[in-house]
Amino acid sequence: MRLCVFALKLRSVFHPLNTSTHYDVAIIGAGMSGLAAGIRLAHFGKKVCIFERHNAVGGLNGFYSLGGRKYDVGLHAMTNFVRPGVKGTPLTKLLRQLRIDRDEFALCEQKQSRVAFGPNGETSLRFTNDFAVFESEVARQFPAQIDGFRALVQVIRTHDEVALDTGYQSAREIVRRHLSDPLLEDMIFCPVMYYGSANEHDMDFSQFVIMFKALFFEGFARPFDGVRVILRVLVDKYRQAGGERRMKCGVARIVAQNGRAATLVLDDGTEVTADHVISSAGAAETQRLIESPITHPQSQITTGHPVGRLSYAETITVLDRQPAALGWGDDTIIFFNDSERFTYARSETQVDTRSGVICFPNNFDYGPDRQLAEGWFRCTCLASHALWADLPEEQYRADKAARYAEIQRSARRFLPPVDDATLTAATVATDMFTPRTITKFTGHLGGAIYGSPQKIRDGRTALSNLYLCGTDQGFLGITGAMLSGISMANLHVLAAK
Amino acid sequence: MTKEECKQVVLDIIADIAPDEDLTNIKPDVRLRDQMELDSMDFLDIVMELRKQHGIEVPEADYPQLASLDSCAEYLTPKFIALGK
Ligand SMILES: Cc1cc2nc3c(=O)[nH]c(=O)nc-3n(C[C@H](O)[C@H](O)[C@H](O)COP(=O)(O)OP(=O)(O)OC[C@H]3O[C@@H](n4cnc5c(N)ncnc54)[C@H](O)[C@@H]3O)c2cc1C
Repeated sequence: MRLCVFALKLRSVFHPLNTSTHYDVAIIGAGMSGLAAGIRLAHFGKKVCIFERHNAVGGLNGFYSLGGRKYDVGLHAMTNFVRPGVKGTPLTKLLRQLRIDRDEFALCEQKQSRVAFGPNGETSLRFTNDFAVFESEVARQFPAQIDGFRALVQVIRTHDEVALDTGYQSAREIVRRHLSDPLLEDMIFCPVMYYGSANEHDMDFSQFVIMFKALFFEGFARPFDGVRVILRVLVDKYRQAGGERRMKCGVARIVAQNGRAATLVLDDGTEVTADHVISSAGAAETQRLIESPITHPQSQITTGHPVGRLSYAETITVLDRQPAALGWGDDTIIFFNDSERFTYARSETQVDTRSGVICFPNNFDYGPDRQLAEGWFRCTCLASHALWADLPEEQYRADKAARYAEIQRSARRFLPPVDDATLTAATVATDMFTPRTITKFTGHLGGAIYGSPQKIRDGRTALSNLYLCGTDQGFLGITGAMLSGISMANLHVLAAK
Repeated sequence: MTKEECKQVVLDIIADIAPDEDLTNIKPDVRLRDQMELDSMDFLDIVMELRKQHGIEVPEADYPQLASLDSCAEYLTPKFIALGK
């Protein structure tokens, strides 16, 4: 009898009796985009379930615990920060659409950031959340370019970057119409590409405009407790709206019938059905889930949709004091490049340390008496997925240690000097992720941080009731991913005729 | 329901959707769009909140009827009355 009750209890834990097998909408992935889409749909009364393969929410921007310490997966900064009262920007749109009060995110602004180019960062452009600072820095460092820069800024201001139907236009070409100094050109492209380009060397002008506005017109901010604050708000909203969530429950296959996603087969073999399916897994990744894939005249996803070529490695160093106390100043983010030209392309070696991004999460303005308990020093560089993916475990660990040192050495050239002994003594913990880590935890093929270079702006796929959201729909970053989930839920489900 | 009450219903919905807008001096005869930052996503939400909160359907062809508070009241009040509200 006892056993029986126990078994029943177990059963209801693993197969809660109230979960049914048909939904209005099934969402693949509990990253930023899937959660945002879920909130919209649940709020308007749809029966929604999010299926997530991992045991944690957040995807490319989650968090994890290691040695009793909480780490953010990716978060450097949330882009698109605007102060209260500024309207019509991506941040205010998403807050409204998700019915989130901006105080819930409790965003704290960056102090200052810079782009540092040259073997030791000889040319530097500072910027803050006040665009005038960036403009005056350009005027000071590049007096001959400032008129062109202002003309470019005017073009950016008036460009309609969210139109879903504009074709590809080379951003490099348009920028060169206004700027003749390749150094300034590269110094603008470096941050824009690192924070939001799935394309090598060049990018689509609309995506350039989205990122330029997100970084320079708007700006950087972070909740004191990092990305988990944002995720907690999203998960709470979703639950309050009545959304269902199944964790450690990936979608293994999508069974197609008559041009529709008829059934989802979950990793454990159970089957569910849904009127609509929204996938944040990526274009090629979603295509692969479809059993007997077919092509659809309206879909831009072909079999063999290109997988992204760009991936990153990141080192995380935890310090026993604030970075400023080591003499590193109070820069929030530093984008660096040591070479004559900035190369944004798949790395030929495990990591490409010629350029990168340094982030000091301590250097946001958390208010007078508040500071993160420990110091954090994060460095990102381009990395090759292929050269990490198949290493035997032992080699992988050894290479990680070697590349960790290489990345850190490279980045430190752009910071005030601190001797090795002092840094080692101040270091209390380290971690590092590689392109392999990204694929392992998010399923993105090739460790592609920003997904495929070929975006599907309208989200349509080969199947008429299956849509993409997130990375491969095309809005990138935390803010972009949330907006992507919102707009796909609106377009294909809520406003659908 | 009176037209004034109907305007209040619409204002309550806007306050819910756009809590960052100041609604104290909204002129009923001026287009809502000209008095505050409301984009097409926000209008979609007004329509959907009307359905969710009050069971009122607004077909897409009628969206222009929601331009100002006055036109909302003209258009929506009979719908509320028809539902016995
Ligand atoms: C290292 C790093 C640093 C970053 N830093 C920043 C930053 O500072 N600021 C910023 O704005 N952005 C940053 N980004 C980018 C940002 O994190 C992403 O653009 C955004 O989180 C993408 O969200 P998404 O919902 O599109 O995709 P994802 O987060 O990838 O969500 C997809 C989810 O789907 C799940 N999934 C995949 N396949 C299946 C399946 N078959 N069944 C079930 N579930 C599945 C995955 O597990 C994942 O949880 C960073 C990204 C990385 C990797």
